[in-house]
Amino acid sequence: VKGDGEVGGVPKASGDRVTKRPIVLSVNGHDQEVWVVPSGTLLDVLHDELGLADVRYGCGEGVCGTCTVLLDGEPVNGCLTLAVQAAGRQVTTLRGLMGPGEELHPLQECFLRRGASQCGFCTPGMILTSLDLIQRCGRPTREEIRYALVGNLCRCTGYTKILDAIEEYAGQ
Amino acid sequence: MTTRDLQSRTEPCKIVGTSPAHHDFVDKVKGSLLYAADWQLPGMLHGRVVRSPVPSARITGLDVTAARALPGVVAVLTAADVPDNQIVELASGGLAELQVTMPVLADGRVRYMGEPVAVVAAVTQQIAHEAAELVAVDYEELPGVFDVSSARADGAPRVHDVGNTLVSWQIHSGDVAGALAAADVVVEGEYRTQHVEHAYLEPEAGVGWVENGVLTLRVSTQVIEHAATIAHILGLPHSKVRVIAAYLGGGFGGKEDMTVEPYLALLAWHTRRPVRMIWDRQESLAASTKRHPFVMRYRTGADRDGTITAQRVEILGDAGAYPNLSPRVLFAAAACACGPYRVPNASITSTAVFTNNVPSSAFRGFGAMQVVLGYESQLDLLAERLGLSRTEVRERNFLVKGDLLPTGERLDTCVEVAQTMHRALGMLGAPPRPSGPGKLTGRGIGCNRHPYGRTIWFRDRASAWLSLQADGTLLIRSGVTDLGAGQAASLCQIAAEVLGAPLDHISIYIGDSALNPPAGGTFATRQLYMSGNAVLHAARELRERIAPVAADLLGVPAGELEFAGGRVRPTRNTGTADVSITLAELAAACDRRAVSTAHLSTWRAQAGSFDPRTGQGDTFPDYTYGTHAADVEVDTETGQVTVLRYAACHDVGRAINPMRVQGQIQGGAMQGLGYALTEDMAIEDGYAQAALFASYLIPNAQDFPDVLVDIVESGEGKGPLGARGIGEPPIGNVAATIASAIHDAVGVRPDRLPMTPERILALLDERAAGTREEHR
Repeated sequence: VKGDGEVGGVPKASGDRVTKRPIVLSVNGHDQEVWVVPSGTLLDVLHDELGLADVRYGCGEGVCGTCTVLLDGEPVNGCLTLAVQAAGRQVTTLRGLMGPGEELHPLQECFLRRGASQCGFCTPGMILTSLDLIQRCGRPTREEIRYALVGNLCRCTGYTKILDAIEEYAGQ
Repeated sequence: MTTRDLQSRTEPCKIVGTSPAHHDFVDKVKGSLLYAADWQLPGMLHGRVVRSPVPSARITGLDVTAARALPGVVAVLTAADVPDNQIVELASGGLAELQVTMPVLADGRVRYMGEPVAVVAAVTQQIAHEAAELVAVDYEELPGVFDVSSARADGAPRVHDVGNTLVSWQIHSGDVAGALAAADVVVEGEYRTQHVEHAYLEPEAGVGWVENGVLTLRVSTQVIEHAATIAHILGLPHSKVRVIAAYLGGGFGGKEDMTVEPYLALLAWHTRRPVRMIWDRQESLAASTKRHPFVMRYRTGADRDGTITAQRVEILGDAGAYPNLSPRVLFAAAACACGPYRVPNASITSTAVFTNNVPSSAFRGFGAMQVVLGYESQLDLLAERLGLSRTEVRERNFLVKGDLLPTGERLDTCVEVAQTMHRALGMLGAPPRPSGPGKLTGRGIGCNRHPYGRTIWFRDRASAWLSLQADGTLLIRSGVTDLGAGQAASLCQIAAEVLGAPLDHISIYIGDSALNPPAGGTFATRQLYMSGNAVLHAARELRERIAPVAADLLGVPAGELEFAGGRVRPTRNTGTADVSITLAELAAACDRRAVSTAHLSTWRAQAGSFDPRTGQGDTFPDYTYGTHAADVEVDTETGQVTVLRYAACHDVGRAINPMRVQGQIQGGAMQGLGYALTEDMAIEDGYAQAALFASYLIPNAQDFPDVLVDIVESGEGKGPLGARGIGEPPIGNVAATIASAIHDAVGVRPDRLPMTPERILALLDERAAGTREEHR
């Protein structure tokens, strides 16, 4: 986590650094109190403080989409969102799509069936972004899916199997 | 030979050849896989590298006082704190290159922008960043060299005292001068490629800690065998350093050299606390290794009917400031410079040159991919000059089994490149029409020959350990690292095929230098070939050992057993009842009879040697052949190239997992499209021009069409069950294929990558002005 002090502890004074303050984040349906510095990103809080390894640092510029989460249902880049901006709002990560027994969401099933992951690093962002698209558009065309995914880069698959998986789910 | 004839040579399999969803896929779609950065330990510190902001300088002062004084800083280390501050990489095994050491932390001199100078550990990432800023370094800038031509000029500043030419490989056969003089037609060209960034989505990362006197690093790496190098740096016995490779978020060769390892090792060993290091994307762009830019000069002579008689090839590769794997990359370029064609008289030189650019090293394709643009451009020029079709001129020259390569090696597996060419073209269908005025369409092809397996003089080997557990489940231990291509999963399929354990009863433990038998790294398209064979042989040997026990229980000869579905049964069912035993029952019987159900096997690749003075000898174990085909539209007003359709076909020998094979081909082709058209890690006077990921253009989902794939299974590879490697080959064809299609559309041949709109417009202008000669 960015900011000073040991994780979970009371911040130490260090130079001109500001102190942490508590916020409540609703993550995957559970309210969590976390202490954050005002400049702390949602990505850092989710990944390092709350241990959500499905939200990943990829570029820190909002270009690659590996830190995608849904904020009140809309995809955002965790690296460009301050944690304080998410206070009191619903944050959904990929894990939040699964049932209590880790039953896969039907879109995850499609990714699995179609071989839409290789290294898997982009997969959470791909699934969350396309889920939002389908919830908004119903049955998007392949070109509409491509357009929606321009902020989610994949370096392994060439996208074809990702598009196949999303199309299959949209057609269900 | 027809496809049917070829395919009948592959023995039928039950598990191999299917595309099940493995453990790794399941974890990935759940988001539950723990990558290198996803590891936290109590009291963990955060590491940060301090890097040189200039490309060539003497360090005249280094003051860490302010950095050390910052609250929360635990360590600031410099060259003086490194027990043995040198990494000696002899990538060709010392066969022909200069020996140049690379410091872990710069000691008085920096040779590229981004070179590590110091390393910091602090209680938070932010404090580590601040401390890195407080390390005060005085640089006295020195003249540098930033391209291969100036680096080779007389009196050029030396990157290293021993000189700027790292290695120069020679391969010669026949009488090239005589054959060129006698040729009916001679074509030539100069082709230039660019620095390219790997751009794996997972930046370099890892965590290191000390426990029981052992330094352990859990990192994103393709090569856990770097444990030995890390031990040297710290002055420790090899047995005191353990490297664990997490499943990688992409590697593509960029994690074949060490990345975070030496810095994590220094910090964890020095502080005795766990340390995490994650390189910023921007840091990775500036300082990680790149693909070598090549300058390639080709001159090709042929008879009137298109038969190639001679080829002269000169390759210069920009190695950057340190050797890394450049000697081997430039060797692969030399060995593959003539492509999948018979060239009776050949003269090839391939030279790696030091510059003050960021080091170049391994990147999917590894020298054998840059040269495809060279040899395929020559074939298209020959076709144009002789009035032959592009397929015709290729078919006249394709290698066949039994042919000699310019190194004097004889090809001992089949070459199905013609079949891949016809299938790739077949997938495109009817040629498209231009979409409007000012638009021109064209079709291109690109064939390649790409090696799989390490250069043969390394006498490569891989080990694997299998154990049938008491409950009948199977455990595999292998030092393989998994880059996302299914390296681990493929091994499970091969073991399942032989031992009959269902895939969900197989667990595989990989990537641990202390606990797994060594597999060598995952690079050189070698793991299916090497570890696939190791697991195949381990499984067969284990089955041979336990089969007599099963045979005894079932009352049939040991050679008449089928291992499938978690059971062992006679191959000939004599009665009506299902007479079989479970693998658990077999394991129990083995235990009672003191027959071990665990087995370690080491598989060795064929050995050979290469003489760098004569340029003759053995190079690679075998090759994968393939062809790509594309339709493009060129907008003559803007220079924009739109790829309309793209098709790829490779002979993979046998597809162990067809879906993963398709994925390799689609992903390789897409990376190749970025290389061909958009990606350029431009470095001006030693300074990287793309400071942000936003300014380095890897393909997004909208940029290019789907890649259509067809797979040939000739059954003649040297991998397990006749497989050939497919990790690297499919990136090779792309730039040549697109250049071929642009040439077809506009009548001029692009010879410089990437083929940006600006460059296409310049080509069109040159053609209009009549200043461009296509074939001199």
